[in-house]
Amino acid sequence: MAAPFRPRPPEAHLFTSVDDVSARLAETGYLASPAVATTVFLADRLGKPLLVEGPAGVGKTELAKAVAEVAGARLVRLQCYEGVDEARALYEWNHAKQLLRISAGRDETWDETRHDIFSEEFLLPRPLLTAIRGDDPKVLLIDETDKADVEVEGLLLEVLSDFQVTVPELGTVTATRRPFVVLTSNAGRELSEALRRRCLFLHIGFPDEELERRIVRLKVPGLEEALAASVVRVVGALRAMDLRKAPSVAETVDWARTLLALGADTLDEAVVRDTLGVLLKHQDDVLKAAAKLDLSSV
Amino acid sequence: MTGKADDMTGGTDVASRLTGFVAALRDHGVRIGTGETVDAAEAVRVLGLADRELLREGLAATLLHTTGQRQLFDAVFGLYFPQGVGAPGGDAAGREELRERLAEALAADDSALMGRLAIEAVDGLGGYGGAPGAGGWSSYQTLERLRPQTLLARVRDDVRARGGGGGFAERLLDDEIRRRIEVFRGQVAAEARRRVAERRGRDEIARRAVAPSADRVDFLYAGRERLAELRRTVQPLARTLATRLAARRRRAARGTIDLRRTLRGSLSTGGVPVRPVLRRRRPARPELVLLCDVSGSVAGFSDFTMLLVQALHDQFSKVRVFGFVNRLDEVTGLLVHGAADAAGLGARIRAEARLTGWHDSSDYGTALGEFTERYGAAVGPRTTVFVLGDARTNMADPNLPALRWIAGQARHVHWLNPEPRALWGTGDSAAPEYAELVAMHECRNARQLGALVGRLLPV
Ligand SMILES: Nc1ncnc2c1ncn2[C@@H]1O[C@H](COP(=O)(O)OP(=O)(O)O)[C@@H](O)[C@H]1O
Ligand SMILES: [Mg+2]
Repeated sequence: MAAPFRPRPPEAHLFTSVDDVSARLAETGYLASPAVATTVFLADRLGKPLLVEGPAGVGKTELAKAVAEVAGARLVRLQCYEGVDEARALYEWNHAKQLLRISAGRDETWDETRHDIFSEEFLLPRPLLTAIRGDDPKVLLIDETDKADVEVEGLLLEVLSDFQVTVPELGTVTATRRPFVVLTSNAGRELSEALRRRCLFLHIGFPDEELERRIVRLKVPGLEEALAASVVRVVGALRAMDLRKAPSVAETVDWARTLLALGADTLDEAVVRDTLGVLLKHQDDVLKAAAKLDLSSV
Repeated sequence: MTGKADDMTGGTDVASRLTGFVAALRDHGVRIGTGETVDAAEAVRVLGLADRELLREGLAATLLHTTGQRQLFDAVFGLYFPQGVGAPGGDAAGREELRERLAEALAADDSALMGRLAIEAVDGLGGYGGAPGAGGWSSYQTLERLRPQTLLARVRDDVRARGGGGGFAERLLDDEIRRRIEVFRGQVAAEARRRVAERRGRDEIARRAVAPSADRVDFLYAGRERLAELRRTVQPLARTLATRLAARRRRAARGTIDLRRTLRGSLSTGGVPVRPVLRRRRPARPELVLLCDVSGSVAGFSDFTMLLVQALHDQFSKVRVFGFVNRLDEVTGLLVHGAADAAGLGARIRAEARLTGWHDSSDYGTALGEFTERYGAAVGPRTTVFVLGDARTNMADPNLPALRWIAGQARHVHWLNPEPRALWGTGDSAAPEYAELVAMHECRNARQLGALVGRLLPV
């Protein structure tokens, strides 16, 4: 297994150990499970993009932000959606400005003009290009990758393989400092195998009880410890119920905030019944949960 | 007993352990390239071996690419990087003492302690066969003797006595304890596998004793539990397929440039065609007819496929589903209402539709004939027909003209056969004869089904 592997020079590493990852992410308000901390550590050491998959609201986006904060890096975010294209993801030329420049009609040949309007000044860099230019540390977040069309994946694959981009009129830009790359996906669409193979893979599921309690206490500091524990237990029960949409961490935190705002100091049937809508988004889920939790009526 | 994967400190040993581990995963269909293996080795180097959980997460991050393979991965990991080696130290604990300590661990929700008790339990209660080398360890026997499920009431009392009860969350307690017991059962199963592997060689056990991931289980041999697990993949699979179909549809609709409209549009620009007009194809959505053998032998396959099609129904202008054993009946309505209760669907179809005459083995010839006579009008030039079944006619006449007639009417006919191709034509299988008339595809598991449906469904 003695393959030629060239790790990045030590000064380029963000973290010294897995524990260091956990500790420093925690300082920014992100509580990492062992799986999350280990994978972030490896992504840094191996210099590979990190593909994070999991249901909505488990902290995928938040993780990228936290890493950026810890690393003192600029967060460059490409938000994917159906129809996002090269012009939005990579770069485009500022046509309006180019037209102005052409019609200003200076005394020069067309060749000179053309050389001029395809220069840096008229370039609009988009996230992928921004992330590989310049020497400052960056975290590139490619968020909700599964929402982009398949064609965009080809583009991502190219950029994430060589960390270089060719602008025909300008030449090739090669990263002098590779960004820490996080791709997120909600598995709405299966990403291509080629793209997956470029990445380290991390699945974030719902946290275990202990971690979720800590998240709640961190995000909603005013909440009594015992109440936080009950909140997490109820959410755990709901997740075991096979609902259309199980409550995620984001909903747990929202619910805890709601309870604090209502001044509830323990859970009782009435409080749960009145606030179930914060946790569950579908009416049939609310009904099903109410029945299973023995709430008299909703 | 140490917490480390401790007999793998030497470099070559780690390397060969990793190679064996990767080979075992590949045997189970996880596609791992050399690049990933190199990454995994590097992960082992930077993480070290001291912490087994980090090692497991690091290897998963480098070797896996999808969520569905994680359960398989964990089972194989347990064999190649075991918690400890050999038997636990100390005297074997007796049944009563183990139950006592397990009750405490369950009450405290201490899964690390539960894991250690699983090791002791398999050692103390799970061994069978006296002669060295002849026996083994059984998780079934361990759990039969320990009967952890009967601890529920005790654990509940324990938790309450500690003041953990009371209040609203009280009513969740029983289910919580049941889930903890489930976790313990899994721990016992993993430990029994490990002990057996130690004796018989882990490569062999990894191959045989670790269940394949659900989407690769043969429909024909999947037990009830695996089928239930499979049914839970229907919705995600349907979602993936729907996006794939939508993409195909978009591509088809993008179509060609409409020259006439482009030129007409160019009149305003002095005849320079600046805006190409794309011809918009807005075809009506296709119609689908499903003919499903729902007899006992292939029921798991048909049920799964029907649920999948039902989940995809909004991709079509019309879906009609027919079930048969040796008679045929329309079950479209049952399916619409049955989707909510997927587990009971097959049973309801078999109970409520008239699918059998005077015997209950399948008869493709009669069923196909009945379809053409009673429901022939369901098939037209926009219809794609899927036939699901193993084409085993129980020696009856296959009625080839009926299938030929259907093929003549429909836009496409595809036959999905859950039997391995090598068995087609053996015994009473009429597969080769049918395959001469319509395209027949081997479809043994959910993975193949997903690929076929994504490719064959019309858009
Ligand atoms: N491990 C965690 N530590 C701290 N907060 C978390 C964690 N996981 C989830 N959250 C909370 O959940 C919210 C939703 O997270 P987000 O990153 O938007 O989810 P996703 O991108 O996975 O849909 C965050 O605002 C944060 O409050
Ligand atoms: Mg997000």
